[in-house]
Amino acid sequence: MTAAELAVENVTLTAGAYRLVREVSLTARPGEVVGLVGPNGSGKSSLLRAVYRVLRPDSGRVRVDGADAWSLPVRRLARTLASVVQEPGADFDLTVREVVAMGRTPHKRLFDGDTAEDARIIDTALASVDATQLTTRSFDRLSGGERQRVLIARALAQQPGLLVLDEPTNHLDIRHQLEVLGVLRRLPATVLVALHDLNLAAYYCDRLYVLREGEVVASGPPAAVLTPGLLAEVYGVASEVAVHPRTGAPQVTFLPGEPRESGRGGATMH
Amino acid sequence: MTVPAEAGAAPAVRTGRRERLRSRAFAPTLICLGLLLVVSLTAGLAIGSVHVPPGEVWGIVTHAFGGELSEPTWSRARETIVLDVRAPRVLLGAVTGAGLAVVGTAMQALVRNPLAEPYLLGVSSGASLGAVAVIVFGVSLAGPVPLSAAAFVGALLTLLLVYSTARAGGRITSVRLVLSGVAVAAVLTAVTDLLLLTAGRGNEARTVLAWTLGGLGGVQWSTLWLPGTALLLGIGVLLVRARSLNLLLTGEEAATTMGLDVARFRVRMFVVLSLVTGVLVAAAGPIGFVGLMLPHIVRLFVGGDHRRVLPTAALAGAVFLVWTDIAARTVAAPMEIPVGVLTALCGGPFFLWLLRRDARRNTDRGVG
Repeated sequence: MTAAELAVENVTLTAGAYRLVREVSLTARPGEVVGLVGPNGSGKSSLLRAVYRVLRPDSGRVRVDGADAWSLPVRRLARTLASVVQEPGADFDLTVREVVAMGRTPHKRLFDGDTAEDARIIDTALASVDATQLTTRSFDRLSGGERQRVLIARALAQQPGLLVLDEPTNHLDIRHQLEVLGVLRRLPATVLVALHDLNLAAYYCDRLYVLREGEVVASGPPAAVLTPGLLAEVYGVASEVAVHPRTGAPQVTFLPGEPRESGRGGATMH
Repeated sequence: MTVPAEAGAAPAVRTGRRERLRSRAFAPTLICLGLLLVVSLTAGLAIGSVHVPPGEVWGIVTHAFGGELSEPTWSRARETIVLDVRAPRVLLGAVTGAGLAVVGTAMQALVRNPLAEPYLLGVSSGASLGAVAVIVFGVSLAGPVPLSAAAFVGALLTLLLVYSTARAGGRITSVRLVLSGVAVAAVLTAVTDLLLLTAGRGNEARTVLAWTLGGLGGVQWSTLWLPGTALLLGIGVLLVRARSLNLLLTGEEAATTMGLDVARFRVRMFVVLSLVTGVLVAAAGPIGFVGLMLPHIVRLFVGGDHRRVLPTAALAGAVFLVWTDIAARTVAAPMEIPVGVLTALCGGPFFLWLLRRDARRNTDRGVG
């Protein structure tokens, strides 16, 4: 599978009378890691749900490699697009390996069995999130962080060209946060990821989209987007942003107290 | 693409101990259960008011299939008891047990709740009402097919109603699922009783009332093909879609992202489950808790993968119900206890245990 291209075009999402996302457009070129940041309730998860085909847009389009994601057969889309979602599963005593093996489903026909090739892909996926030692454990009995890694392994087993993740570093300790993002970074797939931690987003993403109240308020390379002015406007916090001498990525330090008005950086403001 | 290999090369193919145990346990479990089923069927034919030794049972059975292994040394009366009285009943027991266990397994995955089961969700009551309506309004002369068809319609409508009620407002909780099942079942049972009481055919009403308690008596060879066919069809379809059932265990959104059209799949499976349930209820009455107990017990041995659970549950369910029926015929002989009463006696406590286990797990995890 080669990296896929994602284009979200003027998508508006509502839940009843409540508007979740308004006229959002976003692109991810093949191989890019695109980050989605913004405060709680800014519409990040909703937007992702529209991309992985759970929340149907009221208007606008989601295109994956040019094709409308919502008019493709579900199984066809699942061969290109994999995602890690925030959803509690049921309690049915599956092993970690069985859970990861499910990632192979969209590549299977009704009567296909599991092949040695599947076994290899599953093993590699488990190894890449440092979960090999969990293989035989019961998925129900894992800690939150272990579950998260296993679900990422399942998405990798799908061998997607486009990977969509909703806060994949939730519940993870710092080492596993770095590891998981490192894996995503090196993946030969396009990645769209919602992240809370701005510094991780700055370091691992090629471009960021900043959402506030369901609208894109800024987008561009991290260094252009993450400015004290924007952070004050979007999050209502005071901060300093410096380029870290070793990583070369912008480093945000939050300051206590009210934000002062300050000049904005070179972000594309919408 | 290939998944990048992190932290050194990919490990050698190393299936885990637990999984190995389970896949290793799968074949022997199936074989053991298969043998156990043969033993159970033999016992079912042998035990009763007239005891027929197992050797003689086999003689009669092989003789009936044209095997001339042994000269008939038994009386015609015994042959009639074994072949015409007991055999259809024992086979219906096996078919019903297998069917209910399989339906319960799939239902638990489809509504994503461990307490799901045709009886507890009121589906059996819906099927009963359909069948009783047909009997009371006098179409029963037309034979088992319209009876089953009506039961199927009743089952499907009930399942859709209970599911959509439990689902209102998002995620299905155990409480809401079971409560809506109980409420719907109560109404349907009341309507069924009303029909029976006002029908004004004394004897017929009593027969039907006995049937609503669940029983395997009174079945004949000529009607056995219907539940048999429904069972094979149901198991076939479910086995083919076992992977999709597995996907649902991890959540609906996750299942969608792995290529399952959840809504469409669920409706189709509801139709299959209602068909099997309807036909079985029409033949044997509503028998509760088999579909609850067997899947959970079977999962302890072979894990949660439906490709293993479904066949194992089918065999285990068959064995279970054949023995329960033997008990129903013998414990209070010459009186016969409806088999549904016995399954409820085992199933009720099991249900309570499951409820407590669930509550405990949720507390452990900090879920409300």
